[in-house]
Amino acid sequence: MLALASLLVVGGYDAARALRALWEGSLGSSYAVLSATLVRATPLVLAGLAVALAFTAGVLNVGAEGQLLAGAAAAAAVGLAWGTTLGVAAPVVGLVAGTIAGAIWALPAAYLRRRFGVLEVISTIMLNFVAVDVVGWLVRGPLQEPLRIYPQSAPLPAVAQLPKLVAGTRLHWGFALAVAAAGGLWWLLRRTAAGFRLRASGANPAAAASAGLIDVSRTTALAFLASGALAGLAGAVELSGVTYALYENISPGYGYTAIAVALLARLNPLTVVASGVVFGALEAGAGAMQRDAGVPAAVVSVVEALIILVLLAADWLRGQPIRAVVWNRGGTPEVAAAGVAAGATAGASVEAPSTPRHP
Amino acid sequence: MTVVPPLPAEVADQAADFLESTVRTATPLALAALGETIVERSGIINIGLEGVIIAGAFAALAGAGVAGTGGGLAAAALAGAGVTALFALFAVTLRADQIITGTAVTLLALGATGALYRTHYGAAGAALTIPTLVPLAVPMLQRIPVVGRAFFDQPVTTYAVYVAVPALWWWLYRTHAGLALRAVGENAAAALAAGVAPARAQWLALLAGGVLGGAAGGTLVLAQVGTFAEGMSAGRGFIAIAVVALGRWHPAGVAIAALLFGAASALQFLFQAMGWAVPYQLFLALPYILTLLALAGAAGRSAAPAGLGRREVAV
Repeated sequence: MLALASLLVVGGYDAARALRALWEGSLGSSYAVLSATLVRATPLVLAGLAVALAFTAGVLNVGAEGQLLAGAAAAAAVGLAWGTTLGVAAPVVGLVAGTIAGAIWALPAAYLRRRFGVLEVISTIMLNFVAVDVVGWLVRGPLQEPLRIYPQSAPLPAVAQLPKLVAGTRLHWGFALAVAAAGGLWWLLRRTAAGFRLRASGANPAAAASAGLIDVSRTTALAFLASGALAGLAGAVELSGVTYALYENISPGYGYTAIAVALLARLNPLTVVASGVVFGALEAGAGAMQRDAGVPAAVVSVVEALIILVLLAADWLRGQPIRAVVWNRGGTPEVAAAGVAAGATAGASVEAPSTPRHP
Repeated sequence: MTVVPPLPAEVADQAADFLESTVRTATPLALAALGETIVERSGIINIGLEGVIIAGAFAALAGAGVAGTGGGLAAAALAGAGVTALFALFAVTLRADQIITGTAVTLLALGATGALYRTHYGAAGAALTIPTLVPLAVPMLQRIPVVGRAFFDQPVTTYAVYVAVPALWWWLYRTHAGLALRAVGENAAAALAAGVAPARAQWLALLAGGVLGGAAGGTLVLAQVGTFAEGMSAGRGFIAIAVVALGRWHPAGVAIAALLFGAASALQFLFQAMGWAVPYQLFLALPYILTLLALAGAAGRSAAPAGLGRREVAV
């Protein structure tokens, strides 16, 4: 908040007026909370869970944006084609389709990582750009509205739309679903054997593999797909709960904000809900700030980036870096918790050149 | 015996156009990828390159409006170095995770340039015109049929690439400093034992990479597009990182890989000229799909510096 205020002053804006708009647009009234902040938080929580799941497994999936677009496109396609036929089941089928589409969009990156050791940061970002182009083609081609004037799809039939959670507001059932997903993911990660395998694979793949019983490569690949599925669900929820129609700018970078959401939550699924709401408020308020004080909403991504950098600096101060990614030759990228190695040397100004290597 | 007829003039023209746009689109990629080659040779992977490029692009716009194309290029290089310094502070000095730092730096630069652009240029942005780099024809060479115009009638930044490739090769493989840099990238602990300061080498490599990455953004604005648009880097930073892998961390290989990607982008102009009825989004997506394939192809037989991405050893 301080960072934002100083940015505003540096930019020559009326900081007081901008911050008032930010407050009124996000938390200033119950309408702002229910119809702006929580609505905006819904895709952020789901995509944030996707990123948290992947990062926990040692998969740096920064492709939530593309997976989200795939999910939205699938939900639109299914809802428009069979929405009226399916009746009350339509919203559920749409969400399932979006979830599957998200996993499918993560599949090439997961395969390239497992088979060739391709750095997933680059492959998922490439898939993000491809997803934007695919949506651009869909809304000018197969899914374009019947009049063929605007580059967008027709709206979903009413029966395929997600019902409202609170009557008279824009808040839909997607938010409840996001909270439930957070609880479910927490339970999965902390209370099940599969969750343990996943956390072990992410924390120290070499140890997890040598302890036996854990197929690290398979576990991380499955986590990658599950992460894509959650991001796809985020897109499907946004489409069937908020926009109802598919268009190119359906996501104002939810998938990228989700990285900050997950890191701020320290990858804990339950905390993701809280940090998702924080960022939802920030983005809802930024919209109001742009309308009322003329401050570009892009300033929010500056704040998000600063939050990540501050978290990294805080980790350094505590001597516990979040995670070290080791890109070894020709094999799978090996993600090692370098907390031990780096933690032991943090703060030291000279280091003996005998730091152990991973086998 | 058959006589091969000479190429019809229009086919030759089209081929020349295609090659010309290939070289033009490859230039910023080559600059950024050569910079990233230096960086990765020191064992660091700068995912923030995308942010470096967009910062360079914006600085080129601001600089060119005040001080012409030279000022624009200088501002672009400076901005690139500045953004990279932020990355180096976290990734080298604080030894934060390189990937997460790079992602944050990219997010920061994309957001900051977008906000600054709207603040300072506002709605009039679309009509904004700045001086651009004019192609300089090399006497004699430009007259070579088909390839002459493509390779020797280009803006000054393209010629900078021609100079940078052999210079970088010579520096990396024929000088002590280049050897020291590669040693840091292969095994920082051993380099430290041999009396090379890894952190210093990585900082300098990053700054050099930042200058080239910023210049790549400047080229994009001053020689290719002629103006700035939010997010105009459009993934070129990430593509450049793939170009480095495809070029096997060797300056010449990287330059050829950049040309290949330039050709993929130039295909869309060629196909448009030929009037093919294929959705244009396919061509927009082509460089990204090619990157995925290139990464798969470059893996396995990789010549990556052994210490790439590691951060257990620094100081």
